[in-house]
Amino acid sequence: MWKNRITITLTVSFGASLLQDIRKVVQTLEQAAREILTVLQSVHQPSGFKEIPSKCARARELFCTVRTQITDLKTKFPMEQYYRFHEHWRFVLQRLAFLAAFVVYLESETLVTREEVARILGIEVVREKGFHLDVEDYLAGVLIMASELSRLAVNSVTAGDYTRPLRISNFINELDSGFRLLNLKNDPLRKRYDGLKYDVKKIEEVVYDLSIRGLAKESESGGDK
Amino acid sequence: MNKREGEACPRKNADSASDRDTNANPSSPVIAAFKVFQQELDTKHDKYERLVKISRDVTIDSKRTIFLLHRVTSVPDAEDVLKEAEVKLDGVRQKIGQIAEELRGEDIYQFHRAFTPGIQEYVEAVSFLHYIRHRSLISLEEINARLVFMRAEKGGAETLQPGAQVLTFHVTPSDYLLGVADLTGELMRMCISSVGNGDIETPFQLSQFLRQIHDGFSYIGNTGPYEVSKKLHTLRQSLGKVEDACYALRVRGSEIPKHMLADVFSSRTTLMDPEEGVV
Repeated sequence: MWKNRITITLTVSFGASLLQDIRKVVQTLEQAAREILTVLQSVHQPSGFKEIPSKCARARELFCTVRTQITDLKTKFPMEQYYRFHEHWRFVLQRLAFLAAFVVYLESETLVTREEVARILGIEVVREKGFHLDVEDYLAGVLIMASELSRLAVNSVTAGDYTRPLRISNFINELDSGFRLLNLKNDPLRKRYDGLKYDVKKIEEVVYDLSIRGLAKESESGGDK
Repeated sequence: MNKREGEACPRKNADSASDRDTNANPSSPVIAAFKVFQQELDTKHDKYERLVKISRDVTIDSKRTIFLLHRVTSVPDAEDVLKEAEVKLDGVRQKIGQIAEELRGEDIYQFHRAFTPGIQEYVEAVSFLHYIRHRSLISLEEINARLVFMRAEKGGAETLQPGAQVLTFHVTPSDYLLGVADLTGELMRMCISSVGNGDIETPFQLSQFLRQIHDGFSYIGNTGPYEVSKKLHTLRQSLGKVEDACYALRVRGSEIPKHMLADVFSSRTTLMDPEEGVV
C-alpha cells in the first residue's frame, strides 16, 4: 500500500526471471561444450593422431545434446529479443562454433561454412528465421580454431607427422588473407584477430624448422617463406 | 589505449585489404566466404555509425530543451517557454523517427548501444516538461505513444498502397529508468533556482516528488539493470540537497527576509555545482 503511483510507473519488467532461465540453460551448454573439447583435446596426444576420425565421430554425437539444449534455450525468451540477451550465450556460442569448426577441419581440412556450423548446432543463419549464429560469433569461433591449429602443428611434429604442419600453414595463411578483407572496428573481434598473426608466425616457424632439415617431404612453396 | 593504426584510418585498412586481395587466390572458397562477411559487417557498422550520429543530435537538442526549461522559473510568462520547448521536442521526435526508420525490421537491441544516450536524454527532457506542466511523472506508455511516425511509402509503392506506413519507436524500460534518474538532477537544479527567485512553494513540492521517485527506485533495487543501481547513488545525493534546502527554508524562512534567503541558496548552489559534473 506504500507502493504509490510513481513506484508502479517505475517498476517495469526487466525479465529478471527470464534471465534466470537463460542462465541455467547456458550453463548446461557450457558443460556440453567442455565435454566436446575434452574429447577433441586428445588429438594432441601422440596416440590421438590415428584416432582422429573416431574422436570426430564421438564429438558429433555429443553435438546432439547441444542441439537439444539450444532448442530448450530458444523457448526461454521471445525470439525478437535475441540481442537483448545476446551477451549471455555469446561466449558459449563462440566456443561451440570453434568446436564445430575444429571437427570439420579435422575431418576434411577445410574451413567450415557458417551454414554448416549453424546446421551442426541446430540454429539459423539469418536473424529473421529465429535463433541464429551472428557473423561475428562465427568469426570469433574460427579464430579460436586458428590458435588450436597452431598448437596442433607443433604436436603433430612431435608425433612424427611432418606433412600436417604444411597443410595447416596453407590453411591458416588463407584464413589470414580472408580476415584481412574485413574492415574490423576496435571491438572484441578485432582484438582476437590481432592474435592471429602470432598463430601464423608460430606455424611458419614449425614449417621453417621442418624444411631446413629436409623433413618436409612435400616440397611446397609455402615451406620456404 | 592501444589503438592501432588500422582503427584510425579505415581507408588505409581497406586499401591494404585490396592489395592483399590480388595476392590471395580469388577463386578460393575461403576468400569468397570472407567477401560475403566483409559486406555483412560493413553494412552493420555503417548502420551503427549512422545511429550514433542521430543519437548525438538527439542528445544535443534534448539538452538545449532542458536548458530552455530551466528558464521557466525566472520568466513571467511560463507558457511561452513551454510552447517553445514543445516545438523543440517535436524536432527531436523527428530525429527519433529517423532512428525508427533505420531500425525497421531490425532487432532493436542489436543496435541499442548506438542510440541509448540520445534516448535517455530525450526521456529526461520530455519528462521534465511533463513535470513542469502536470507536476507528475510521465509514464513509459505516454512517451511511447508520442513516438509513432507516419512514413510515406517510398518510390512507386504509393500507387499500390495509398496512405502512409506507421512506424513506431519503443523506448526500452531501462532507457526510461535511466532518463528518469537523470531527471532528478534537473529537478534538484530547478529547486535551487526557484528558491533563488523567492518561490518557496516549489521546493516542497519537488522534495515530495523526488522522495516518491527515490522510493520507486529503491523498490526496484538491484533487480533492475546495472546502470540503474549506479544512478541510485546520484539520486540520493540530489534528494539530500533538496531536503536540506527545504529544511533551511522551514527553519530560517520565517526569520530571514526573502532577498537574503535567495543569497543563502545561491551560495549553496555554488558549493554544490562542482560535484554535479554529469548533466
